[in-house]
Amino acid sequence: MARSRDLPLDRDGSARFLPWLIALMVYLAALAIAGGAALHDAVQTWDAGLAGTLTVELPRGANGAGVPQDRVDATLTLLGQIPGIAQATRLDGPAETRLLAPWLGQDVDVQALPLPVLIDVQLKPGVALDSDTLAQRLRIVAPGTTVESHGSWLDRLFRIAHLVEIGAGAIVGLIGLVAVITVIFTTRTGLAIHAPVVQLVHLIGASDAYVARQFQWQAFRLGLGGGGIGLVMTLVSFAALKWTAQQGLLPGETGLLPAFHLPLAGWIAVLALPLLMGLVGLVTARHTVLRTLGRMP
Amino acid sequence: MRYGSGPEVLHDIELDLEPGGFFFLTGPSGAGKSTLLKLMYLAERPTRGRITLFERDVAVLPRAQLPALRRRIGVVFQEFRLIEHLSALDNVALPLRVAGQGEGRVRDHVVDLLNWVGLADHIHALPRELSGGQQQRLAIARAVISQPSLLIADEPTGNVDDAIALRLLYLFEELNRRGTTVVIATHNQALIDRFGHPVLHIEGGRLERRPGSRMSA
Repeated sequence: MARSRDLPLDRDGSARFLPWLIALMVYLAALAIAGGAALHDAVQTWDAGLAGTLTVELPRGANGAGVPQDRVDATLTLLGQIPGIAQATRLDGPAETRLLAPWLGQDVDVQALPLPVLIDVQLKPGVALDSDTLAQRLRIVAPGTTVESHGSWLDRLFRIAHLVEIGAGAIVGLIGLVAVITVIFTTRTGLAIHAPVVQLVHLIGASDAYVARQFQWQAFRLGLGGGGIGLVMTLVSFAALKWTAQQGLLPGETGLLPAFHLPLAGWIAVLALPLLMGLVGLVTARHTVLRTLGRMP
Repeated sequence: MRYGSGPEVLHDIELDLEPGGFFFLTGPSGAGKSTLLKLMYLAERPTRGRITLFERDVAVLPRAQLPALRRRIGVVFQEFRLIEHLSALDNVALPLRVAGQGEGRVRDHVVDLLNWVGLADHIHALPRELSGGQQQRLAIARAVISQPSLLIADEPTGNVDDAIALRLLYLFEELNRRGTTVVIATHNQALIDRFGHPVLHIEGGRLERRPGSRMSA
């Protein structure tokens, strides 16, 4: 026959509502972690994709005339002579179409648009060229040429991404704080409800730690159980997100933003949330009980 | 001893209980019997004065050391104070579990004792499923399961008929013969006369010790 616990904590109201509260907390925390981790991963992907590249832009004439071919050839020749440049390639029609598809769609004839000539420059590994100096040299053969190093754009992107990651971390921290406060409140309520039994087991010879163990494992069970429910909700949401992406309904699938991808560290953090919530409950409940009983005579 | 800023319930009491003794505690209602018992089983600490229990001054004993002392004391509360959601077996086993004894030994020991107090057929019963007398025997079994050095009983015969009261007193005497010091608060003068142990009479906050004199049964 299974042994009953000395304190009937399973019958408390908190045993019914706390798991669902924790489930929602874990769900929100998991979404924040997933969002932050996915954004971090996307920024890393952008950074890796754009590192060591420059984009040279040859403008069209003032009256909208196209860029002369000899000017393009001279620019490519000059780029090929500069040490540190591994490859310089003019973006052709299909490449421009792919580049503009997120904004204009696949069916637009980009050749009919008054676009500048774009040259993709790949630098040799470890080489850094000053985009202003390079632009000055290129303007000798092609006036009005500009060079985009992507640095300022990436810097802004990194700052925004970093702020979003800090925000996600703050949300997770706040959720943890709310979890701690909730466990403190429910533990104190439990101590008040079961004061006669707590006093009795004390008189029988129970130490504060003996009483604390009953509360701490109850909090651990509720935290783990609630966290498990929250994790299931999260996985269902991820599955729904994946399905939506497969239907082509997400912007990431059209190329405007990278597709949602949760890196391994993000998965580990999300999957660890129920256990973490159980441990937060355990430690908080134990500390609350010992602190409360310690004030008794 | 006083509660909060109220009047002193007990004062100028000097009492020395010899180890292995058997004592009745008497006095009118409100005289301070329960307060004295609470001081003995460490539910309260004196506001002034000194209480030495098992050679330790409990008035200044650190809180962390109280549980070890309390495990040497068995208490039968007047209102039983059984844990309602626990079976008879689990109620009686509580002092052993609190003391960290192995579960195998706990069960055997508890079943033996429940058999001894006549509750062998009720080991899985909840307290509310037992009669008043059965609950009282259950409370007594819980108090004696760990073979305490000191047994304190507050009106243990208040809810049982004379036959069971007599049987309980014989049980306490048996424990006393095995070395347990016994203090029983009671209003039952017939029992006091019958068993003839020394009487601690408390009245007006003061304590008087009267020698025992056993009457023939």
